[in-house]
Amino acid sequence: MRVVVAMSGGVDSSVAASLLAEAGHDVIGLSMQLYDQRDPTESFGSCCSLDDLYDARRVAAAIGIPHYIVNFEERFKATVVDNFVSEYAAGRTPIPCVHCNADMKFATLAERAAGFDAAAVATGHYTRVEFDEETRRFRLRRGVDRDKDQSYFLFSLTQDQLAHALFPVGHLTKPEVRAHAERHGLLVAGKPDSHEICFVPDGDAAGYVERRLGDRARPGEIVDSGGRLLGQHRGLHRLTVGQRKGLGVSSSVPMYVLRLEPAASRVVVGPREELGRRDLTASRVNWICGAAPDGPVRVTARIRHRHQDAPATVTAGGDARISLEFDEPQLAVTPGQAVVFYRGEEVLGGGWID
Amino acid sequence: MGRTVRIYFDYNATAPVLTDAAAEMARALREDVGNPSSVHAFGQRAKACVDDARQAVAALLDGEPSEVVFTAGGTEADNLALRGGAEALAASGRRRIVTTGIEHEAVLTTLKALERQGCSVVALPVGESGVLAPDALEAAMTPDTGLVSVMFANNEVGTIQPIAELAAIAHRHRALFHTDAVQAAGKIPVSVRALGVDLLAISGHKFGGPKGIGALWIRRGVRLVSQMTGGRQERNRRAGTENVPAIAGLGVAARAARMHLDAHAASAAALRDRLERGILANVPGSVVNGDPARRVPNTSNISFDGIEAESLLIALDLEGVAVSTGSACSSGSLEPSHVLRAMGFSNTRSRNSLRFSLGPGSTAAEVDFVVGVLPNLVAKLRALGRTASAVS
Repeated sequence: MRVVVAMSGGVDSSVAASLLAEAGHDVIGLSMQLYDQRDPTESFGSCCSLDDLYDARRVAAAIGIPHYIVNFEERFKATVVDNFVSEYAAGRTPIPCVHCNADMKFATLAERAAGFDAAAVATGHYTRVEFDEETRRFRLRRGVDRDKDQSYFLFSLTQDQLAHALFPVGHLTKPEVRAHAERHGLLVAGKPDSHEICFVPDGDAAGYVERRLGDRARPGEIVDSGGRLLGQHRGLHRLTVGQRKGLGVSSSVPMYVLRLEPAASRVVVGPREELGRRDLTASRVNWICGAAPDGPVRVTARIRHRHQDAPATVTAGGDARISLEFDEPQLAVTPGQAVVFYRGEEVLGGGWID
Repeated sequence: MGRTVRIYFDYNATAPVLTDAAAEMARALREDVGNPSSVHAFGQRAKACVDDARQAVAALLDGEPSEVVFTAGGTEADNLALRGGAEALAASGRRRIVTTGIEHEAVLTTLKALERQGCSVVALPVGESGVLAPDALEAAMTPDTGLVSVMFANNEVGTIQPIAELAAIAHRHRALFHTDAVQAAGKIPVSVRALGVDLLAISGHKFGGPKGIGALWIRRGVRLVSQMTGGRQERNRRAGTENVPAIAGLGVAARAARMHLDAHAASAAALRDRLERGILANVPGSVVNGDPARRVPNTSNISFDGIEAESLLIALDLEGVAVSTGSACSSGSLEPSHVLRAMGFSNTRSRNSLRFSLGPGSTAAEVDFVVGVLPNLVAKLRALGRTASAVS
């Protein structure tokens, strides 16, 4: 079977490629160039920098597979970067990785792969896809390595995308992945994990957004939930729900961002006990099986990547929307982040928090 | 990878080293071990090897051996011509340089650097044919123009410029004339006498020599300031101990190129035309870029409507067919070809184009194979492209 592997130059996708080649597949490595590398103000520090492209090329050569760089700069800007900036500007906290997976790797890249007669696209995500013979549906499951599980970032994949997706490291732990790379002499075996948003390598998302917003960044007031003016902020894109640092308000108790009010460019803050919420609604919901359930469903739900999923009841409404109620209040329910519902190991679906 | 077919249609990027050249290089490495500048027998032997190659290169270009300066490739030869020429002319105050928009990066980027150093550079547009009209050069000449640089044959579309006419215009205005002949040497006759140029750059690996060696032909009497300072090698124009084995390989390739020029040109043209006819007849929406008559015999640049050339290149490679989207340096860049842009084509058409460049090793069976696989690949990519644009 011919398989395209999206090679970032990191250890996970490198091992994914190596495993597939070892299994006898006809493997093609593709690395996405998502930015103009020649512009020093846009240069990457983590994912997809020239160094990473070099690493991907060296790994492909070591495995003995062809490797190409495909240029998706325009598409990446249109589908990921512009959305990232406009979400921040609208007082929401985006997750570009979900868009990159659904709209780049398993869309634009998958389309290229189909053009090269590849039956599947593989990535280095820690997640698993399985075909359920009974329902004739693909299921998405957490990665075996609970600490590295990346199923949260893939909730928006459709059945058609899952049908052509392979996650060769999903059944491995990170140490096992590194051991494989070590055993095969892959030069990325000891390469550190990337954590930041790849196109914001210095981690300064606010600065990144600010450079693109220019004078569209609007400062505004910081108030408490009683409407009392506590200070000023320099733009909603600098703030996220649950944030404590950098508010510049003095108070006897630590104050957290409770919500952002984009219409008034106002930020409401409060003490930690006001940060908890039990209910939320989400839109643009994707159900992995392809159809929304009738009636309420008991799930565990995650409201950000590093959130321990908590018991909840989700009810599907019309128009790809849901309402969800946690059994216990959860800290920092943040508009723009994804809520993803699980039943045990399985991802049932997810959507974007309103 | 286990693919049975490997077809190489990218001779303009580089050509395989001739067996004889490789053998001569190995011999020189083993036997001509001295430093050509040394007085003793070892030095004399190495010097003879270099002189021998110099004579072969001079013969290929119809020049004198004393006018040939070996460099580490075509890019360095262009650099020496432009930087060395500009520096020599600086004293006279003639700091204006005229060129075209379709030059190789070796010229364009070097001229940008000279611009930052105070030269003024004018890049003339060319028409859809890719040919610089002599009238356009005539109109662009001014009293302070010291240097004109126009490539002989273009690397992407193969278009041949009317160098003799252009050089004559430059000379009427007392300017030096440089031509980057990297894509011409070995493909078409190159006579520095007939052309009347002052400076001419070639690269060994484009016609069967090794990579990393080239030459600048400098008309006797033309003043250049050396850009590599050090010892007095190459008549004080390029310091550094000569790369003897590479020079030896270049010499063999130059001799072979001269000997087989007509035969190779005729066979390349026949195959190229067969390829082009086959593609145009079997792939709807394909069109040849550049002047179909005034081009080197081995090169065909074709735009495929509705195709991202990057994808087609990869799809062809997976079938075992090596082609290029233009300059070998531009992969991974979405920049549309600056050559096609300068010829007045849209960004889209410039991104749709593939370069097929054939060589002495190419066969009719290879051409037929490519003509056979291409229609399906194009159709498949077009179908996917339509789905994608319907979705987004």
